[in-house]
Amino acid sequence: MTDADTWTVAGRNFRSRLIVGTGKYKDFAQNAAAVEASGAEIVTVAVRRVNVSDPKAPMLTDFIDPKTITYLPNTAGCFTADDAIRTLRLAREAGGWDLVKLEVLGEARTLYPDMRETLKATEVLANEGFLPMVYCVDDPIAAKQLEAAGAVAVMPLGAPIGSGLGIQNRVTIRLIVEGAGVPVLVDAGVGTASDAAVAMELGCDGVLMNTAIAEARDPLRMARAMKLAVEAGRDAYLSGRMATRKYADPSSPLAGLI
Amino acid sequence: MSAEISLTVNGEPRRIAAGASIADLVRSLDLAPAKVAVERNGEIAPRSTLADAALAEGDVLEIVHFVGGGDRLQ
Repeated sequence: MTDADTWTVAGRNFRSRLIVGTGKYKDFAQNAAAVEASGAEIVTVAVRRVNVSDPKAPMLTDFIDPKTITYLPNTAGCFTADDAIRTLRLAREAGGWDLVKLEVLGEARTLYPDMRETLKATEVLANEGFLPMVYCVDDPIAAKQLEAAGAVAVMPLGAPIGSGLGIQNRVTIRLIVEGAGVPVLVDAGVGTASDAAVAMELGCDGVLMNTAIAEARDPLRMARAMKLAVEAGRDAYLSGRMATRKYADPSSPLAGLI
Repeated sequence: MSAEISLTVNGEPRRIAAGASIADLVRSLDLAPAKVAVERNGEIAPRSTLADAALAEGDVLEIVHFVGGGDRLQ
């Protein structure tokens, strides 16, 4: 039953609903082991200048094979639409694929998305043939505007990037899910397994995280916990949870009590 | 004609023999052209054209690759 539960973004099918980042790990080996433990089929990667003075330094591609794991280039650190577009044009040239993650940040303190720039960049990228998965505020109207502009997935924040505060507004995430015609993935804010489960119970198609795994004392164990939490949350969503009641309701029959 | 031209590569001044292509530059830096992307003077230099693209005096090049990155500034 769950084996057949796949999701599709821009025509590509994936079994795992967990996308993990590749930043902040102790080293590439630990990073690769965490990806393995998480079961993720997609990892986010950044685009940066080659270190010209040390070109033989280890590279991410030596540890995580882009042929088996889908690299999702991001625009982390971009604060304008133009910067993000430039970064992704380079990413497309480096990787040769169109599926990308767009984020345009508004300020360093909160790392909140700048939605005006984000929308602008989404339109330009979609017109250039990119398939942008877009990081956004947890605003159902903004999510619809992004979709209309060509986003192939909307990725609302659960809480500020790197905060680990969990899903702060379940109502807005649920409203986004109900109104979306493209996959919805919570991106940012997940701190522990229950946060990931909540996102999935709200009907999200997936969850993206980095810090929650990379900054855990035991990243590999947390990666496994997140894998199980995403699966558990997804099953809970699909199974149709019981209604809540204001008062107790006994599970054992009252008839025949001695 | 001078034997060398001046470039800016990833923000640093660099010199290379006149007539060299972008592919020559990438290889001179010990980089595999298949693993990087190059921007010249703000425009993408398509990988398929790197061997034919002759460098010019004053060119500004950005050579990038994929690094670990996740959900925040690194």
